[in-house]
Amino acid sequence: MSTQNLVARAQKTFKDQPWRLYGSQISVLVRNEVRRNLFIRRRFWVYLLALIPVLILITHNIVTRYNNDPAQMENETVVLAGIVQLYYFRLGIFFACMGIFTWLFRGEIVERTLHYQFLVPVRKEVLVVGKFLAGAIISIVLFETAVLACFYLTYSRFGSAGRSYVFDGPGLGQLGSYLLVTALACLGYGAVFLALSLLFKNPIIPGAMLMGWEAIVPIFPSWAQRLSVTFYLKHLCPVSLPVDGPMAIFTIVAESVSPFVAIFGLLSLTIAILVLSCFLIHRIEITYTAE
Amino acid sequence: MTPDARQIVFENVSKFYGEVLGVNKVSFSLEPGVTSLVGPNGSGKTTLMNLLTGLIKPSHGAIYVLGLTTHQPVEFFRQVGYCTQFDSFPPGTNGYDFIYWPLRLHGFGHDQAAKLTNEALERAGMSQVARRKVAGYSKGMRQRIRLAQAIAHHPSVLVLDEPLNGLDPMARAESIALFQAIAKQGMHVIISSHILEEVDRISDRVVLMSSGYVVAEGQIKEVRREVRDHPMQILVRCSNAAKLASAAFELDHVVEAKILNDGHGVLVRTRDAEQFYLLLNKIVSAGLVEVDAVAPADDDVNSIYQYLIGSDGGAA
Repeated sequence: MSTQNLVARAQKTFKDQPWRLYGSQISVLVRNEVRRNLFIRRRFWVYLLALIPVLILITHNIVTRYNNDPAQMENETVVLAGIVQLYYFRLGIFFACMGIFTWLFRGEIVERTLHYQFLVPVRKEVLVVGKFLAGAIISIVLFETAVLACFYLTYSRFGSAGRSYVFDGPGLGQLGSYLLVTALACLGYGAVFLALSLLFKNPIIPGAMLMGWEAIVPIFPSWAQRLSVTFYLKHLCPVSLPVDGPMAIFTIVAESVSPFVAIFGLLSLTIAILVLSCFLIHRIEITYTAE
Repeated sequence: MTPDARQIVFENVSKFYGEVLGVNKVSFSLEPGVTSLVGPNGSGKTTLMNLLTGLIKPSHGAIYVLGLTTHQPVEFFRQVGYCTQFDSFPPGTNGYDFIYWPLRLHGFGHDQAAKLTNEALERAGMSQVARRKVAGYSKGMRQRIRLAQAIAHHPSVLVLDEPLNGLDPMARAESIALFQAIAKQGMHVIISSHILEEVDRISDRVVLMSSGYVVAEGQIKEVRREVRDHPMQILVRCSNAAKLASAAFELDHVVEAKILNDGHGVLVRTRDAEQFYLLLNKIVSAGLVEVDAVAPADDDVNSIYQYLIGSDGGAA
C-alpha cells in the first residue's frame, strides 16, 4: 500500500472512531513521558526523597539488630505511621509531585519543546490526561516501592513475630491501606501541581502556599478541611497519630468520614482539578521568549 | 466570509503581546502553491506562521486553513505540518524517534508509523544518521530532521519558518526541489526566508511584511505592477545601444536610458513598461536594432521590497 493510501485510510478510521484515537494517543503519551521522566539523572532528588526513610530504616535495623523484642512492634507501627503520614504525605510525596507534575508542561516550556506537543492532532484535553497519567505512574511506582520497602524493613527485623503480625494480624490490611493512600496522595497532589504549572509561570511560590495550607488546615472548620488533600488521606490511614505539640490546642477535630467518602472525595477533587487544567491548557501560547 | 476548503484565509487578524504589536489587521487568502513571507526581523513573519498553526492565538480576527480552525486540532493537524524556527529537541531523542513518536500520536500503528518515518527520512536525506542522537547533529541536519517531521504525515499545508537556514548549497537545492514537488501536488507551501533570490525563484506569490503589517501580497509580477510610483528597470542587450537610448528618451514615461559600459545594451527606467515594449517591437521590426535579450532588471522580491518599505529585504 502506498504511503498516501496508508495516510488516507488511517485518517478515515480515526474519524469514524475518535475515542479509539484518544485512547491510543493517551497510551503513546504515557509511554513517552514515562520513558523520558523515569530513571533519569535529573530526577535524582526525587528518588532521594522517596528513599530517605528507607535508608534511615536500614541504618536503624543495622544499629538495633540485637534488639528485636516483639513488644516494640506496637511502637514501630506508630513510627511507620509517622513516616507515612508526616514524612511521605507532607514532604516526600508533596515535593516529588511538585517536581514531577510541574515539569510535565513547565519543563517542556523551559526546554522549548512544548510546541511539538501542540503541533500534533491531539486534543489538548487528551494531552493533559496523558501527561497526568504518566506523572501518576512515575510517582506511584516510586513511592509505593518506598512505602513497601519501609513496611518490610519495619516488620522483617522481628522475625516470626513480625511475619505473624503481617499475615495473621492487621499488618497486611495496614499495608494495603498505606499503598492505597500513597496512590491517592500522588493523584491528588499531582492534579494540584499540574494545574498550578498551567496557572503560574513559577509554580514554586503557590506550591509553598499550598504546603502552608495543608499544614494549618487542621485548625480550620470541617468544611474548609475538605479542601485539602491531607484531610482525605488522614481518614484512610490505618493507624492514627496522636495530636500533640503547639498546634494541638488550635486543632479542630473534623467529623470522621467513611473510607468510601474519603476515596470518592479525593478522586472527585482530583477530577475537578484535572477538568480545570483542561481549561487552563487552552490559555497556553508558545512564546518561549516571554517565559 | 465563508472559509474556502482549498484556501488559507486570514480575516482581519491582529496579535498584540501586551502593548507590543505582533501583526495588525492582516487580511488575505492564499491559494495552493508556494507562498513566501518576506520582511525584515520583527516584521511579523514568524508571528503570522505561529498564528496560522495555533501556537499563538489572535487578539482579533479569525484564521481558516482549508476551512478548518485550530479548535478542531485532530482534523487541523492532519492537514498541517509546521517546521518551526525553534532549534530545540526533546532531550536524548534520536532522529528516528523524533519523527516516529509524533506519527504514533497521529494514530498510526507501529508498522505504518515506521513506514512513514523511513519515507520522511529518505525524502529529507537523513536515513543514514537517523539512529544518531539529535544533540550530535549539525545545524543543517537539525533543520532537515525538523523538515522530515513536518512532512512525515503528508500534510496538505506545509509551513516552513526559515527552512533553508543552515543548509549547504546541495541541501538547499534538494529542499527547494522538495518544496516545489509538494506544491505541484496541489498543496500549500508557506515559506519565510531572508534569502530573497531563492524566494523569488520558488514562489508563486509573496506576502511582504513590515512592522506587523502586510504591505503587499500577490504574485511577484502583480505586486511589482502595484508599485507604480517606482519606474521599472528593463535591461536590453542589443547591437545599437545609442539608437535605442535616443528612441526611448522620446517617450514621456521613460525617465532614464543608460548605455551599458560595454556599449552593447541599455538600462531603461520607465513608468510604463508595456509602452516601452511596444516601442522596442517597432524598432526591432524596422531593423534599426538587433536585440539579443530583454529582461526586467528589478522584477524581483528584493527590489520590490526596497521600493515598498525603503529597506533592504535582505535584512530579514
